[in-house]
Amino acid sequence: MAAILEVRDLRVEFPTRRGTLTALDGVSFDIAPGEVLGVVGESGAGKSMTGAAIIGLLEPPGRIAGGEILLNGKRIDRLPYEQMRRIRGKEIGAIFQDPLTTLNPLYTVGRQLVETMQTHLPLSDRDARQRAIGWLEMVGIPAAAQRVDSYPHEFSGGMRQRVVIALALCAEPALIVADEPTTALDVSIQAQIIALLKRLAREKGTAMMLVTHDMGVIAETADRVAVMYAGRIAEIGPVRSVVKSPKHPYSVGLMSSIPPLDRRVAQLSGIEGAMPRLSAIPQGCAFNPRCPHVFARCRQDRPELIETGTTRAACWLYDPASEKRAPEAVQHG
Amino acid sequence: MLAFVISRILQAIPVMLAVALISFAMFAYVGDPVSIMLGQDFTEAQRQALIRDLGLDQPFFVQFATFIGNAVQGEFGLSYRLSRPVAELIAERAPATLELAFCAAAVALLVGVPMGVYTGLYRNSWLSRAFLTFSLVGVSLPTFLIGILLILIFSVWLGWLPSFGRGDTVQLGWWSTGFLTVSGLKALILPSVTLGLFQLTLIMRLVRAEMLEVLRTDYIKFARARGLANRAVHFGHALKNTLVPVITIAGLQLGGIIAFAIVTETVFQWPGMGLLFIQSVGAADIPVMAAYLLLIALVFVVINLVVDLLYYFVDPRLRAGFGAARGGH
Repeated sequence: MAAILEVRDLRVEFPTRRGTLTALDGVSFDIAPGEVLGVVGESGAGKSMTGAAIIGLLEPPGRIAGGEILLNGKRIDRLPYEQMRRIRGKEIGAIFQDPLTTLNPLYTVGRQLVETMQTHLPLSDRDARQRAIGWLEMVGIPAAAQRVDSYPHEFSGGMRQRVVIALALCAEPALIVADEPTTALDVSIQAQIIALLKRLAREKGTAMMLVTHDMGVIAETADRVAVMYAGRIAEIGPVRSVVKSPKHPYSVGLMSSIPPLDRRVAQLSGIEGAMPRLSAIPQGCAFNPRCPHVFARCRQDRPELIETGTTRAACWLYDPASEKRAPEAVQHG
Repeated sequence: MLAFVISRILQAIPVMLAVALISFAMFAYVGDPVSIMLGQDFTEAQRQALIRDLGLDQPFFVQFATFIGNAVQGEFGLSYRLSRPVAELIAERAPATLELAFCAAAVALLVGVPMGVYTGLYRNSWLSRAFLTFSLVGVSLPTFLIGILLILIFSVWLGWLPSFGRGDTVQLGWWSTGFLTVSGLKALILPSVTLGLFQLTLIMRLVRAEMLEVLRTDYIKFARARGLANRAVHFGHALKNTLVPVITIAGLQLGGIIAFAIVTETVFQWPGMGLLFIQSVGAADIPVMAAYLLLIALVFVVINLVVDLLYYFVDPRLRAGFGAARGGH
């Protein structure tokens, strides 16, 4: 089936007084209908920025400087504000990180649902209210018919995130961009919210881009994973392959920093060093100063995504033309 | 809710008593009412008789209690200067001041809030910069100078608007209104603008600062991400969230407009309470000054109560603090 979302060579820049910073560079991926794409990486790797670019809400002065974003085959990255506004909520729903701050404190949850639905769908006040109650039930709010007139502060954090999910889904978009939807929640609530998102996405056939730094969430939810590093995609592939046998040295480091549940390890291995700042991304592969397998070519040429058999990784180790090939040296754990 | 109102009224009583004490103290310490009332020639016997008649030989607390008792009934005695009941004088002047204050507040809010929203939304446009520069003028120029400049331009040079007075008024019961005649309305324009200009710039700057703050919040981003129209985002979600501080300041400013219309009323010879007060100060007319002081204190107390009640309607989170029992927590 044709992809719902196609991102081609996306480049996002921030003009600053000291020159232009490139926050995203050459990011390409697509999401099929009903598919969940997990996007992982450290803070500042560009995960949230990719989501913001897709929904057309980059913080100024950030702007899309190159590439294209296609939704159902139509370009949406150069649409005027008003046209893009009609797509937001209607065709792309968004879920934000902190449910305590995403809901307007002065409006009842019912009113926020009704106004969202009436913005996008031709509904009478009564129908919209009925649907609002229906959505609250669907996301698991008990006594929805009474709670529809409650204010956000009358709900707990987990319940508020359920309301946010209802708001993102209420106009039945084909794609959800969920930016760290569980990060601000208690661990016990996280699993419930993820299960809810997963269930609703499957029932409605909604595709999802799930941005998170929680590998557990990814392993449980995503069909495919994109690992981001310094504004680029380091590796992308099916979730099992990326988690179990990552190919890119950065993915390897990332996966080995997760404590395994089935065995004891003396010490978790992290990755030496820190991700470069946007103003100081090294030439060649952005990961080369931290990479245990670095060789000359990594410091000069920037790798594109290369087929590795199971995934695609932006790493010269997998290029047959590289003079030094050492994929066998890359081992998980 | 009712309990809240009652508790606030109870809290206001000590405030009013303190102000009453200050008003009352003026009688004792600012001039000597006995010698003022007796005039030039009097005997010691006449003096003693008057002191007894006025109750000035009674202990302090008895006198104060009598003063409070009378004040509660709106009885403030006779004006020294005009020999008429103070309550009557104030009732006569109050409509002029209240109408002026109403118009000034309307100018400040109806112009200040939209300007604040505009400068908050389009903070880099040239019009926003022009508004901000203009607001500096409003904040820094003294009221009397603005009044005189407006008179110079619109009354002297252009001859469009009257330079002083209320114009023709219509009597509705005891209330005299300038709203029903053309000359009354024209006479209101310059004093309202003069009185409201400072508040206008203040409200504009406040709304702007609050808008900038609110527009950065997650719920505004989320409202945009839900695809709501700009109008709904800006005027529904954003503006409403700026209202609590704006109501607070606007309420206090309204009290200030009523209480400190003195300068504007003097410049425009506006026959209101402020002009009455300044004339009374000049003549050491203590009953009028005392009554004015109490009235202004009452105005502030009432405005504060109204402001607190408005919070209740604007912000549901504050309702828990009002002791209102609401289920579903």
